[in-house]
Amino acid sequence: MTKIIDNIFANSTRLIAITVLLITAWIFTVLFQESLLSMQTFGLDFVTESKWAPNLEKFGAFAAIMGSVISTFLAMVLAVPVAIGVAIFLSEIAHDKLKAPVGVSIELLAAIPSVIYGMWGLFYFVPIIRDIFGGIGIGMLTAGIVLAIMILPFMAAVTRDAMNTTPDILKESAYALGGTKWDVIRDIVIPYSKAGIIGALILALGRAIGETMAVTFVMGNVHKVSWDLTQPATSIPVTLANEFTEADTDLYFSSLFELALILLVISFTIISVAKFYFLRRKRSV
Amino acid sequence: MTATQKRVFINRIVMALSTLSAGIGLFFLFWILYILVSNGVEAINWDIFLFEGAPPGYEESGLKQALVGQLIIVGIATLVGVPLGILAGTYLSEYGQKSKLAETIRDISDIMMSAPSIVVGSFVYAIMVVPMGHFSAWAGIVALTIIMLPIILRTTDDMLHLVPTTLREAAFALGAPKYKVITQVVYRGAKAGILTGILLGVARVAGETAPLLFTSFNDNFMSTDLMEPMASLTVTMYNYATSPYEDWQRLGWAAAFILSMFILTLNILGRLVLLTKKGK
Repeated sequence: MTKIIDNIFANSTRLIAITVLLITAWIFTVLFQESLLSMQTFGLDFVTESKWAPNLEKFGAFAAIMGSVISTFLAMVLAVPVAIGVAIFLSEIAHDKLKAPVGVSIELLAAIPSVIYGMWGLFYFVPIIRDIFGGIGIGMLTAGIVLAIMILPFMAAVTRDAMNTTPDILKESAYALGGTKWDVIRDIVIPYSKAGIIGALILALGRAIGETMAVTFVMGNVHKVSWDLTQPATSIPVTLANEFTEADTDLYFSSLFELALILLVISFTIISVAKFYFLRRKRSV
Repeated sequence: MTATQKRVFINRIVMALSTLSAGIGLFFLFWILYILVSNGVEAINWDIFLFEGAPPGYEESGLKQALVGQLIIVGIATLVGVPLGILAGTYLSEYGQKSKLAETIRDISDIMMSAPSIVVGSFVYAIMVVPMGHFSAWAGIVALTIIMLPIILRTTDDMLHLVPTTLREAAFALGAPKYKVITQVVYRGAKAGILTGILLGVARVAGETAPLLFTSFNDNFMSTDLMEPMASLTVTMYNYATSPYEDWQRLGWAAAFILSMFILTLNILGRLVLLTKKGK
């Protein structure tokens, strides 16, 4: 009897664990199937054309893809230096009494839902951008900055964790040789934790590119590629969030699904690179 | 300037810069927190819990439908996602261990943990909303469950792994079958860690908006029918905040405040559980 229960327990845990794989495969399959119509209709034009005109049944995702790339790039340019600064501050500079409260508040802020960052951006940040740069304040620049602020706590926390893996004894040896804090950071901490830091930053990039709510409020959802960053723009998640409930034809839906598929493939790739190349989970059994 | 002076000088600059960036980061983050609290406290009153949504301009309007909807959707997703996640994590830690299958599941689940949640929303739209012909609370629940699963799986796997092997061996030596060892010894040893994982997992999905936009959709009135669209705090917040009406925007801030307090409380509780465990 116990043997049977033992078997049932073992097999059901395995079945459920495998379900995680199946769901992932299922997501890819469904998105692929749903986007077939759009793939057949537009082929490669889908990713090179920027004309997105639902009324004419013309769908080109170039503007949305570029929007994702530019807003994420902006966010990374702004967030990476600050995040590294915060991480250095938390792991090397801050007094022990300061480390815990500042570290925990940053982690808690990483837990605040992105929809709230978006809402803050819309009500408090858009007017500032409008006053400084003119225009309506909604657009690529605002989206990039709000995205940077939203991703900052996560990025800083994982970068700090990477830096914290440096053994104290290495740092102490360097200090004993008369190194300044910066010498120790440059010659010991960064070389030791380089892979972890890069992995952390790429992981944050993967999160940022799929982030929807922080940017949906402040992007504007206009399918146009413009070098003027203060102009309204769009990105893949913004398009999905705004248009999924509006789509009325099969081709429209199919195009949105293809966008979702593109987004999934991009972020899957970025996250895999971060995880497998830089952040291999070390674990001894 | 001597070499040493130069080093000390550069050191000072770097220290100042990184303290400054910590300051910048904290400034923005506390600014958001301040806005959230000041707007939230101003917007909150008893009406919010007593009344459903109403057209702009109505005196008696509240968030009752969104609060109830949020509890139902997140509650059921938790009830489904937590046991599944724990069992899957159990497989990884206790049975699969370092096997190829277990490692693959770990990797894929880790990636899914960071995958865009809006993609999960569009997937559920295709498999549930389209066949059913309309939005439903169930679709939202399924979307949140899919997002929650990898989180619970990962923490369970990690936490069970921390339980010393000697405990398992002791139980086996007494003649206990494996499932008994797991459910009565290993789970007990990892109780605090698993609980923390659950709290953080719930906190994570409670703030999800994107996967609900086109699954459970929204409803301005009270509904407990899982086959029908259902309001949630997050989607209601989004709709109200982007509306041009001031009283709706105020309700949006109230929703934002309630939701953040809920999520922060869960996070702090999760940390406390782990801390008290360590203290022993």
